[in-house]
Amino acid sequence: MIKFMLMVNRQGQTRLSRYYQSVELSRRAALEADVVRCCLSRKKDQCSFVEYKDFKLVYRQYAALYIVVGVTDTENELSIYELVHNFVEVLDKYFSRVSELDIMFNLDRVHIILDEMIQNGHIVETNKSRILAPLTALDKMADG
Amino acid sequence: MALKIVKGSIDRMFDKNLQDLVRGIRNHKEDEAKYISTCIDEIKQELKQDNIAVKANAVCKLTYMLGYDVSWAAFNIVEVMSSSKFTYKRIGYLAASQCFHESTDVIMLTTNQIRKDLSSPNQYDTGVALTGLSCFVTPDLARDLANDIMTLMSHTKPYIRKKAVLIMYKVFLKYPESLRPAFPRLKEKLEDPDPGVQSAAVNVICELARRNPKNYLSLAPLFFKLMTSSTNNWVLIKIIKLFGALTPLEPRLGKKLIEPLTNLIHSTSAMSLLYECVNTVIAVLISLSSGMPNHSASIQLCVQKLRILIEDSDQNLKYLGLLAMSKILKTHPKSVQSHKDLILQCLDDKDESIRLRALDLLYGMVSKKNLMEIVKKLMLHVDKAEGTTYRDELLTKIIDICSQSNYQYITNFEWYISILVELTRLEGTRHGHLIASQMLDVAIRVKAIRVFAVAQMATLLDNAHLLTGSMQRNGICEVLYAAAWICGEFSEHLENPLQTLEAMLRPKVATLPGHIQAVYVQNAAKLFATVLKSQEGNTDSTTAQETSQLMIDRLPLFVQSANLEVQERASCILQLVKYIQKLQQKDVEVAEEVIALFAGELNPVAPKAQKKVPVPEGLDLDAWINEPPSESESEDEQPKAIFAKEEPKHSRPRHTEVDEKELARRREARKQEQANNPFYIKASPSSQKVYQDAPGVEHIPVVQIDLSVPLKVPGLPMSDQYVKLEEERRQKERAEKKKKEKKKRKEKRSGRGKKHDSGPESEEDITPAHMVDIVTEEMPENALPSDDDDKDPNDPHKALDIDLDKPLADSEKLPVRSHRAAEAPKSPAEDGDAESAATQEPKKKSGKEKREKKKDKDRDRKEPVVQSEETSEVAAPPTSTTAEVSDLDFWLSNAPVPSNTQ
Repeated sequence: MIKFMLMVNRQGQTRLSRYYQSVELSRRAALEADVVRCCLSRKKDQCSFVEYKDFKLVYRQYAALYIVVGVTDTENELSIYELVHNFVEVLDKYFSRVSELDIMFNLDRVHIILDEMIQNGHIVETNKSRILAPLTALDKMADG
Repeated sequence: MALKIVKGSIDRMFDKNLQDLVRGIRNHKEDEAKYISTCIDEIKQELKQDNIAVKANAVCKLTYMLGYDVSWAAFNIVEVMSSSKFTYKRIGYLAASQCFHESTDVIMLTTNQIRKDLSSPNQYDTGVALTGLSCFVTPDLARDLANDIMTLMSHTKPYIRKKAVLIMYKVFLKYPESLRPAFPRLKEKLEDPDPGVQSAAVNVICELARRNPKNYLSLAPLFFKLMTSSTNNWVLIKIIKLFGALTPLEPRLGKKLIEPLTNLIHSTSAMSLLYECVNTVIAVLISLSSGMPNHSASIQLCVQKLRILIEDSDQNLKYLGLLAMSKILKTHPKSVQSHKDLILQCLDDKDESIRLRALDLLYGMVSKKNLMEIVKKLMLHVDKAEGTTYRDELLTKIIDICSQSNYQYITNFEWYISILVELTRLEGTRHGHLIASQMLDVAIRVKAIRVFAVAQMATLLDNAHLLTGSMQRNGICEVLYAAAWICGEFSEHLENPLQTLEAMLRPKVATLPGHIQAVYVQNAAKLFATVLKSQEGNTDSTTAQETSQLMIDRLPLFVQSANLEVQERASCILQLVKYIQKLQQKDVEVAEEVIALFAGELNPVAPKAQKKVPVPEGLDLDAWINEPPSESESEDEQPKAIFAKEEPKHSRPRHTEVDEKELARRREARKQEQANNPFYIKASPSSQKVYQDAPGVEHIPVVQIDLSVPLKVPGLPMSDQYVKLEEERRQKERAEKKKKEKKKRKEKRSGRGKKHDSGPESEEDITPAHMVDIVTEEMPENALPSDDDDKDPNDPHKALDIDLDKPLADSEKLPVRSHRAAEAPKSPAEDGDAESAATQEPKKKSGKEKREKKKDKDRDRKEPVVQSEETSEVAAPPTSTTAEVSDLDFWLSNAPVPSNTQ
């Protein structure tokens, strides 16, 4: 299962964090810093899977933005790797060419998208239009 | 129009919204912390206002405050959650899901609000409540809301069904009692018409089953059907993973799986699915490895596919390929070994994690034949490696590879010692102690190597300045600990003990860490004894006196040491040497007595030996030893049994009257115990012989040293030359063997321990360079096998190990709408009424649904009768249980015709 999902930029600033297994607030910062350091220090030609303590990290880089997912040992790395891309594609579709700023200024919406895709640390939905359905409904509500 | 005016006035009241906050933080890069703290103050102000819109906006801003403690706003978050407007509500839930945790006290207040939202007509209200709940569900919430969520699992909207199914997993974890009542419905969802719901159910059941697979075995046919029909790769991966967990419990299932899995491997284009299939095939084959010999084709297929992955330019695939390969290696080493070239190639990869994986693989691939070659390659990498972490990793791997299963693959220990010595030349490694312990282990356990080891260690000591030269190399000086000890303990093998003694007493030694100095001092004394002995034989007494003088000159340096241990040992030994000198001046021969100080053999003791010494029969460790004076006899006996006498041969008759038989029995027992007592130091060589003959003692074989390899190596050794020598030796041996094959084989059998013979490489018939006896570590007799329990007692899944096929009892029904009542019903009349009234409703629903579902099923389950739902609920499962079990048997025993089971 997925333990957490982070979006971090090159400077190591966390843009989004979502935990599916409760971690104390005080320990989150340390964990994030360590995880991010672990991933940022890796070169482009290194593989995207890192064994980190008793779980695994799967990360993917999009321009200056890193998406890091912590998964349990039994999870299939490649499927998570694809999930990350799927997530970014959904973001891209919703924001039409998503950028780091979009994510910062619409954090709540990104959360909604993420919640539609992952719940309890499990993948719920991968179909783009179905993921975006509640969000578009919400936007209509706000407009009206 | 009026609405717009109101809206505008609200807008004016906002200080900033989330966007402004983000912008503001970006504009205050220098004093970010200060800006944020003013923002938080603003938020606190906003939260105090009555306007819910303002509050929601404030909470929304809080969600951006990653890493700041916002628990003070918990109550306001609950307020926003309970807003009737969806846009606010979702902000509340979002904030709650981020900052609520099990110990947040306001969660108690949310129960009714969440229940209301769950039953809201708006599917998004329900959805947002479910999503939020999945993040902060507590045992209390789980118990109170379990029934509501269970009802939602049959909601008309797939969107809700899907979420409800998923959150049940969290509910099960927090409130395990809910698993059995909810399971039938969860199972139904596996066949839900909506693929999303189906995949959610697969997810949940897979996750549950992975932890407690045996309870879910009966679902195998259903999953099998899903696997052959589903086209969703994410779902397929989950199902295949589940089968991987199930097959160890039911080998027949594995047989059935091989075919569809290999088909998938052939057909799929998705690498993730391929990878999962390969992994599961491996797991299946591991579970089958006992029975079916007929699966080499599947293994070949897996290895082939993995080779393609490893050869791929994508680093991710390469990494995973190696990872999976290492799983095959455990059971089918032969099939992997043929790809050695590829693995060695991966050692050159740019990516460190790939190199580490390749190293792991190499660990399992060595054999007697290729060990030297592989280690040679690794040594090359050690030289090339930049960055100490990877180099240290290489170092530990080399040692791991060589020492695995009791040095099984080492045929030439001289080579190994020289490898170890070469490793000491690594700069800045952290693993000095590892090398040291290997040196000690080999020198102690491989008796034949001691001469060589001592020579090498003496060279090391002589060149100690190379190791301690710069502070950077500090870690490696641990090696000197081993070197000093080996030279001291086995000093009789030293070529030139006096020179080594001098080397150990150099002033520079005082810069070493304290514990190493202590060993130096102690072993200098041992060496001193050896030197004395050789010199006294020479009739020239002056040399012996010179040696004593050397000790007396050098030791004071250590007496001044700041380290207590060093100081103590040094002053003790200094006094001893002074006394010896006095005796020497009187022309008294002292060497024999000095040597007696260090007489006796040290045997290796298994690390767990102490723990495993069985308590002797009749010995109660908790009983008082000195309690009643009247039981003097038993008191007298006990210590005898515990403390072994030094000289069993000279044991005088005891005061207690025991007959001869008893005495003999006791003596036997004592011998046994001494032989097994790791702390019993054998007092004299004669007594040691006695133990050798004793039945329970490990055999101590004859040590033969084959001097085909020159022992004296000038300077530091080069391990490489051994590779060549070994090659020559093997060739010679092969030729020799042809001549007198039978004879030799017989000898070998008797010479070597059976244990070392039984390895898979024994067919290769590579005899070790010298008849090497690897002294097994001592273990007490009838030591129990390790019974360490690996299971984590805190694993929440432990509570979910529940038999799901047992019929549901009345007491297990989920508590419904009765806040806390389920736990402690106070007045039976009142509470019982409320409960039964409440339970009726959902059950009716489920009953109806079940009937609809079951129409097309040919299970021999009785149709539930509407009037007596209670009984049908209770009575129906047992029939279905047996039916399912036999179904499973039938399904498994049948040839692959999955369609006839539904």
